[in-house]
Amino acid sequence: MDNSLLSLLIWLPIFAGVLVILIGNERANTARWISVAVSILVFIISLSLYTEFDSNTHLMQFEEKASWISQFNIYYHLGVDGISMPLIILTTFSTILVLVAGWEVIQTRPAHYMAAFLMMEGLIIGVFASLDAILFYVFWEASLIPMLLIIGVWGGDNRVYAAIKFFLYTFLGSVFMLVSLIYMYNKGGSFSILDMHNLSLTAAEQAWIFWAFFMAFAVKVPMFPVHTWLPDAHVQAPTGGSVILAAIMLKMGGYGFFRFSLPITPDASYQFSEVVIILSLIAIVYIGFVALVQRDMKKLIAYSSISHMGFVTLGIFALFLAYKPGAAEAALLGLEGAMVQMISHGFISAAMFLVVGVLYDRLHSREISTYGGVINSMPKFTGFAVLFAMANAGLPGTSGFVGEFMVILGAVQANIWYGVLAGSTLIVGAAYTLWMVKRVFWGAITNPKVETLSDINAREFSILAVLAVAVVAMGLYPQPVIDVMQVTIEHLLNQALTSKL
Amino acid sequence: MNNIYTFDTSTLWVALPEIFLLSAIVVVLLLDLFLIKPFKQVTYYLTQLSLLITGILAFNLIGEPKTIIFGGSFILDNMASVFKVFMAGSTMIALVYTRHYLTSHKLYRGEYFVLVLLSMLGMMVMVSGYSLLTLYMGLEVLALSLYTLIAIARERAGAVEAALKYFVLGAIASGLLLYGMSMIYGISGSINISDIAAFAANASLASREMLILNFGLVFLVIGIAFKLGAVPFHMWVPDVYQGAPTSVTMFLSTVPKIAAVAMLVRILVDGMGAMHAYWSDLFIVMALLSIALGSVVALMQTNIKRMLAYSTISHIGFIMLGFVTGVVSGYGAAVFYVLVYILMSLAAFGMIILLNKQGFEADNISDLKGLSKHSPWFALMMLVIMLSMAGVPPFIGFYSKLFILQQVISTGFVTIAVIAVVFAVISAYYYLQVVKSMYFEGSDKNITITASMDMKLILSINAVLILVVGIFPDFWMKLSISLF
Repeated sequence: MDNSLLSLLIWLPIFAGVLVILIGNERANTARWISVAVSILVFIISLSLYTEFDSNTHLMQFEEKASWISQFNIYYHLGVDGISMPLIILTTFSTILVLVAGWEVIQTRPAHYMAAFLMMEGLIIGVFASLDAILFYVFWEASLIPMLLIIGVWGGDNRVYAAIKFFLYTFLGSVFMLVSLIYMYNKGGSFSILDMHNLSLTAAEQAWIFWAFFMAFAVKVPMFPVHTWLPDAHVQAPTGGSVILAAIMLKMGGYGFFRFSLPITPDASYQFSEVVIILSLIAIVYIGFVALVQRDMKKLIAYSSISHMGFVTLGIFALFLAYKPGAAEAALLGLEGAMVQMISHGFISAAMFLVVGVLYDRLHSREISTYGGVINSMPKFTGFAVLFAMANAGLPGTSGFVGEFMVILGAVQANIWYGVLAGSTLIVGAAYTLWMVKRVFWGAITNPKVETLSDINAREFSILAVLAVAVVAMGLYPQPVIDVMQVTIEHLLNQALTSKL
Repeated sequence: MNNIYTFDTSTLWVALPEIFLLSAIVVVLLLDLFLIKPFKQVTYYLTQLSLLITGILAFNLIGEPKTIIFGGSFILDNMASVFKVFMAGSTMIALVYTRHYLTSHKLYRGEYFVLVLLSMLGMMVMVSGYSLLTLYMGLEVLALSLYTLIAIARERAGAVEAALKYFVLGAIASGLLLYGMSMIYGISGSINISDIAAFAANASLASREMLILNFGLVFLVIGIAFKLGAVPFHMWVPDVYQGAPTSVTMFLSTVPKIAAVAMLVRILVDGMGAMHAYWSDLFIVMALLSIALGSVVALMQTNIKRMLAYSTISHIGFIMLGFVTGVVSGYGAAVFYVLVYILMSLAAFGMIILLNKQGFEADNISDLKGLSKHSPWFALMMLVIMLSMAGVPPFIGFYSKLFILQQVISTGFVTIAVIAVVFAVISAYYYLQVVKSMYFEGSDKNITITASMDMKLILSINAVLILVVGIFPDFWMKLSISLF
């Protein structure tokens, strides 16, 4: 069992998805129960990754290796370290929420909806667990397919445009990654990601490979200026789709920087780090202002996601400037901050989208102007919403603060102005989030329909409560998360700072 | 090999599949004349049986050492045998789909099956041809049968137009090919591939021989490119694909591609291998043009058959890239790509045929609207087929592209690989249009599927194979390389 833990995590949801499809839409309730049961089971299994994880080594754990395509030395090679393990648990955690959230809301083809999310869960776990580049690529691309269908089938009015844009954008980004993976295979004779870490590459090769990776990961994160698919996808996707997209799929991009860009092309990463930092700062500041003027709540949160993900890339690439010989703390802080930010954003963005989902289910509008004074009819719900909004704004004591604070500390060491610009998000972020809260939840009721809103039911309450606990717990005591990744991140820092030239 | 120019009956077993098939054709043809109406189905079953036996006979010859008979004009090697097995198998699958089409369009005639068998014979001769004459003969048997097959729906103006177009352009291509062959024969003094190979290998660089060889080579490449449908010799492809009855389009776009690739291997790789540097340059240009044009022009199509025609052109581009590499594993990648392409193409046309109803051609993308509601299973299958054609993992179409790209990059053509993948992304757009039609759009019409059980079953297996072989592609990749 121990040795096939990761395989179980990948294939159990996928096969459960097939089963749910076979059960069919006619027996929707059976399908729902099975889906949620499986997702909870997968979450419980994934917890044993955490409990049995040895946080004193950067080596891969729970490794599995079997020959897959011997023609190219491609292996079915799985394993996790301190970077991927938390992301896998985040995936299993979010999937439960999404499935429960879609319980009543999705009435058209409910079984297929559940199945799509289950399969996507397995595929995304596969992305985080793969140690073979082609296996990684297969999972990476395959996870687009369920998302394409989720946006296209269950999405809003403009779903076709959003779904196809989402697919083509990410597909275009990834093919360049494929070419560079093949290039490295031809050079080193192995598709193993760990072998690629040790492959020596010239400066020119690194530069090309770096930008190829950059296209794949920057689209996924998404970074300015390739972020334009995200607002469309988020706005059109059903609530569950938005949650998975923001909470997990964006993290695949960040994970790519950790797993591929830094260790494989350290010199190019150093060389181009300022470009990436400047793009990240644009995302943080400029996109923050863009979020300010949105009228659509989902769009606002989508832009705020881009802005928050800017911290991830900032934290990663600030390490080169923050690092001073003998004093690695600042660089380490930035990297760890990026990881913490990814996890925390997973919780907060999921929560924010679920909050909008709750409102949308009731009034079928995402426009801020439709609402106003929601607190009068939905007091419990408003409590949660305000908490998550505060977390989104980076209030100390919530998870949103921890990651951003760490990244800002790292950035200040790199260049004081980076820190200042990144820090400005605490103002802009607070502005757009709180202004939205003010217009939606507080004030007088302007729309008579708002008066008739019923407060959240037990199902919605429990989802939001779980997320609230997660957000506060991460905010007050992030140490367990930092502990599991500490050694891995130190090793990664070492790899990133060791020149391959 | 010393008795290579004598006729020896003890070597006839080498051509056993061909000999059997020829006899079977005569039997089927004669029998069909005397069958009365209620027994017309017998022709179909006899055809399938003949193909099955041909396939088995060819299968038994796999592993035999390379043998050349009939005065050096007929070769038996693993590539020939494996290709014949694949051709027999895919023709059988195609015929299952074809029967549904023919009955629903009142085109069911015995000649149809005889013509398919005849073209099969032509292709087998092409696969095993080892002299320019044998190859040409096989090609003509194939081409003449195909012209007639297209025109079998003679009441339809589109079909007749397609047949004529194919005939005229095909005749020009044959003429060019023959002209090239005559050049090669004129300078090398032989039509046998092995003699030509030896001559080409010994010709010195700037000699007069080389000049004429090159001259002939260009015509051979043009002739082959015509048959493959590569840009700029692709003009016939979209019109013929759209105009021909769907079952013929399906046949035309699948099995003959194996034969064309085999002919390419025999003439260019086996015969003109020494001149790879010359023809690979031509191939690079044609391959990239094919990929680009196939991907871009298909974007505007509303007719699936026409869209698939352009998609074929772009697939052909990828196949040609495999030959650009000039290494055995690159040729293997091309062969793997052909086999994968045939699997996908059969399934894609099978789906179009499946949606055909009495006298109604469901060949517009909009005819698929709302399929996911009416038949979730076949919508899923079509999704698999389309994404596989777009090269999205985990489906088999990804691995064929991976294999080609890996070979192309390893021989130093990174730029070509990048251009190819960019166009692959562009082409994903039109495959997504089909997905969009099936999944994202509702339909006012009710789609009913009237096909018989065997058609549904084979089509499902066909499509599921795209996923299953995609998960376990190793054996097929190794097999493809082992053929060279």
